[in-house]
Amino acid sequence: MNVKLLILLVFLPCNLIAQSFSGLGSTAEGFTNPIPNKSFNFPLDHGSHNEYRVEWWYLTANLIGEDGIPYGIQWTLFRTARSPTEGNSWLSNQIWFAHAAVTTPKEHFTTERFARGGIGQAGVNAEPFEAWIDEWSLRGENFDELTLKATGSNFSYRMSLEAKGPIVFHGDKGYSIKSSEGQASYYYSQPFFEIKGTLTLPEGTINVTGSAWLDREWSSQPLSENQSGWDWFSLSLDNGAKLMGFQLRQTDGSTFSSSSWIEPNGSLTSYGNKEFVAKPLNLHTVGEKKLPTHWRLLLKDKNVDLNVKAINPNAWMDLSIPYWEGPVEISGSHSGRGYLEMTGY
Amino acid sequence: MIVSCLFTLLSHWSRNPLQIFAYLSGVALATALWSGVQAINHEAKVSYRAAAQTLGEGQYDLIQPKQDKTISVVDYVNLRKSGWLVSPVVDGYLDNVRLLGMDPLTLPSSFLFANANLTNSISGNDFFELLVTNENTSKNFGPNVEVIIDKNVAPGIAVGDISLVQRLINKNSISYLIVNPIQPLEQTKLEEIAPHLAIINTEQMTDISQLTDSFHLNLSAFGLLSFAVGLFIVHSTIGLAFEQRRAMMRSMRSMGVSLRILIISVTTEMMILAMIGAIFGIVLGYLIAGLLLPDVAATLRGLYGANISGTLQSRPDWWLSGLIIALLGTGLAMSSQIWQITKLPILASAKPRAWMVVTTSYFTLQMKASVALLTLGSIFAILFDGLVAGFALLGALLISAAIALPAFLAWCLRKLQKSANTPLWDWFWADTRQQLPGLSLALMALLLAVSANIGVSTMVSSFRLTFISFLDQRLAPELFLQVASKDQSSELNNFLSERGIEVLPLMSVETVISKQPAELFGIKIGNTYRENWRFLDAVENPWDTVQLGKAIIVNEQFARRANLWVSDRVNISPDFTLPIAAIVGDYGNPKGQVIVNEELFSNLFPQLYPARFGIRTDNPAELESQIINQIGIDKNSIIDQKSLKAFSMEVFERTFLVTSALNVLTLGVASFAILMSLLTLADRRIPQLSPVWALGLTRSQLGKLELVRAVLLALFVVIFSIPTGLVLAWVLLNVINVKAFGWQLPMFLFPFEYLKLGLYALCAAFLAATWPSLRLIKTPPSDLLKVFASER
Repeated sequence: MNVKLLILLVFLPCNLIAQSFSGLGSTAEGFTNPIPNKSFNFPLDHGSHNEYRVEWWYLTANLIGEDGIPYGIQWTLFRTARSPTEGNSWLSNQIWFAHAAVTTPKEHFTTERFARGGIGQAGVNAEPFEAWIDEWSLRGENFDELTLKATGSNFSYRMSLEAKGPIVFHGDKGYSIKSSEGQASYYYSQPFFEIKGTLTLPEGTINVTGSAWLDREWSSQPLSENQSGWDWFSLSLDNGAKLMGFQLRQTDGSTFSSSSWIEPNGSLTSYGNKEFVAKPLNLHTVGEKKLPTHWRLLLKDKNVDLNVKAINPNAWMDLSIPYWEGPVEISGSHSGRGYLEMTGY
Repeated sequence: MIVSCLFTLLSHWSRNPLQIFAYLSGVALATALWSGVQAINHEAKVSYRAAAQTLGEGQYDLIQPKQDKTISVVDYVNLRKSGWLVSPVVDGYLDNVRLLGMDPLTLPSSFLFANANLTNSISGNDFFELLVTNENTSKNFGPNVEVIIDKNVAPGIAVGDISLVQRLINKNSISYLIVNPIQPLEQTKLEEIAPHLAIINTEQMTDISQLTDSFHLNLSAFGLLSFAVGLFIVHSTIGLAFEQRRAMMRSMRSMGVSLRILIISVTTEMMILAMIGAIFGIVLGYLIAGLLLPDVAATLRGLYGANISGTLQSRPDWWLSGLIIALLGTGLAMSSQIWQITKLPILASAKPRAWMVVTTSYFTLQMKASVALLTLGSIFAILFDGLVAGFALLGALLISAAIALPAFLAWCLRKLQKSANTPLWDWFWADTRQQLPGLSLALMALLLAVSANIGVSTMVSSFRLTFISFLDQRLAPELFLQVASKDQSSELNNFLSERGIEVLPLMSVETVISKQPAELFGIKIGNTYRENWRFLDAVENPWDTVQLGKAIIVNEQFARRANLWVSDRVNISPDFTLPIAAIVGDYGNPKGQVIVNEELFSNLFPQLYPARFGIRTDNPAELESQIINQIGIDKNSIIDQKSLKAFSMEVFERTFLVTSALNVLTLGVASFAILMSLLTLADRRIPQLSPVWALGLTRSQLGKLELVRAVLLALFVVIFSIPTGLVLAWVLLNVINVKAFGWQLPMFLFPFEYLKLGLYALCAAFLAATWPSLRLIKTPPSDLLKVFASER
């Protein structure tokens, strides 16, 4: 990977976050590519995979405050590599960056951090599990009981999480295809976290409880050149089932979609392209951008026809890499809550 | 209609080429110096901005190691993990270039090397392996360092990734940490994480831009002065052109040209011409700026350590501002004439301007205005502190002197007329008096130029005398050297004491004392200090108390900034105060200094060792080579007294090179103003001289009298300029210098200099009057006769 791309990936406020999320790059110089039928090895695979170009630990949570108000939080740690080795001290080849956000129905707080590996400023250890950058952290004796911490200049949160179900693997046993040309990543989730803790906002401190969803993904392959962004949904339905669905938008207007239906017991059904359909219902203007913050989602096989609406349509992440990410409310065939991420707008 | 009006108006100039020359050159000169100075200031500002972008100096709080401590990577990571948003910097030198190693990932985004700004300059290259620097600085590096050019990097500096710079300068620690102004809500206290580190607030830093501001204000004041002088020329030529075209304008009005069209035509004409003059002026200004800029750069580096680029770049906004100021100035100069056009009676015959009646009441009014202005300026200077108030006082002083000048001249001339004992001289003085209003603007210009010269040269020469004696005091040791390590320091000490050579070790540390950034020095008090140092103010036997560790010496800059004077107590460290025993003048140094004895310094900072030494020896060359050979001190770390003095004086001379260059230019502009006034007056004077000629005075006598008049008027101006210039010098030394540099200088007088300057001014007036006199001598008698034949 040359540095121009590294800079594009890490530094440029570009609208190509979908690509960066999936590992933008020209050729994979020495990086390992995901292959089907990987046997995951835990807890090791909770840690970082430096032989892959990009990787993330992506946590979102839908919360209810003691005041009855719905909140959403995001905590994401990204790793991106210049080359598949760690490198010594300041010469580290691993670049880390992280985003944190709190969304209320009226406000949206965001902040970000950057660090390089090699000096201990950021990293991920598998056991005991610890993912950190600066004073932010997601850590625990094991992957089922974690504590979470992040601070910005005008907000902070401290949470504890407890997994109430198993880890689930998307795509083909964790091998998740991202385009019709076959680009893929390893992708598993822990969608069954119960979460509680405190939010500190300018108005004061609020105790909150709710559910959280942690995504783990890593890859070395770039997205297809004709893919311009994506819309990604992680939904927790009130009947205990979960739905993960995303569509990658292509420059010709078509989409490539993929989804997982997760039963309350953790059994997962994976769906390929075209099964999961997401239709924008309403465009909302944030700054100079117009984004669909109101969707109709269809998954025929499970008789799913959902109306998904942002709790705060202004949840724009105005960071080095800008995108939209925030909590949603679900009505229609099922009710529930979840998270929506939209990139490339 | 407007076009034909324009052509009619313009035809005037082809008959009076001298006038158009005067007009164009007036505008050009006014614009040239003004825009030249603006160009220099602008270039400097661009450089400061580059420095701010590259270094962030003075904008961010810094975390620095306490004395003899370092910042390790572990410290950095601990701070980050405790909620401190800080960014590491490694600072050092390679091949005479300052290298800054930074971490683009954590730098605040206002920095050039921050990740947000890197994409433009480093695309496609590996920033871990590259230094970013400007073109000039890049020439310092050999082929083994990869460099990428970015004109936004401050001169003399190269920036690279921290990993690269650590390798290049062979340094593992971090020099300091930049504290991001936005910090998270929760943070552990610094003392708990890293007790060996200290935070330095921006208020505690010496602010380069504040120091250099005064220098640029100084330049601007000169530019404005020249602009004013140039406007005098424009004003008088415009006045004459209008005067001579009254008949033409009356005819045009009679032929049906409306007042509106006439005003539009005249304004368009004047503005087009002003535009042409301004373009000449801007080009000239650009050339002047190009010539002066290297000196300005040297000055700023020598005085403040501020690096500015020595090359000038043409910038569109600068062209535009030059044009605008020229047009505004012309508009100002012609406004009263336009007003007169509106009052022009269509049918009355155009009379030449009547005999100028010099009424006493007119001059009385000017005198009153002058006194009022001076009072206002003084009140302003007393009420408000700071450099701008100082310059307001200067401006008020100069303008009030200028407007008082005609009254002074009129008074002199009245006295002289009274004492005249022949009709010829009686006429001469009376004639001079009636010319006074026409000449007064040019004479004011001369007054401004001469007084500014006297003022500035008095300041510079006083400064030079003070500086030389200051260098003699301060640079008493014959050799100065710097050691690289503690071992070398003690080895040198032993080497010298074995040979019985007097050595003056110097320990220093940058710290904050009485809320002021200051350098604290520890010195070994001996005969050299006692015999050579002179104080501005001191208690009795100051050295004795300092030697006992019971008092300190501070420099004037520190005393002024902290407002602490002799016998006041100063907090050397949080729980330790000592009184000031003496205040020492310290010229050419922007920093505050506090001096204590060696033992006290070592108690305060036990880890520090003397790194600099002054050595007394009769044979510096031999001792120098011994030290180089036996102790292995680098030759570049030793300098002898003579070279150091020469270097200091060179810095000093270069500092004022710009000032003297500007001085010469203003004097030139002023003589040009006199020439133009005399030339334009000459045409009007024929009707006044013809009767005298008819009474029997020859043309040659008349011509000589014209010369005498010009020189005499210049003489009066010079006489008036001397007190004005001296007051100016006083203000410069006691108000402007104190505000700008933090030191007050004794004022010395240089009568011989003033005499020389006076002679220059007289010569300038003589030369300026020569041409009009020659023209008068050569005026055909028929022209003089015509005055009686035709009724003008």
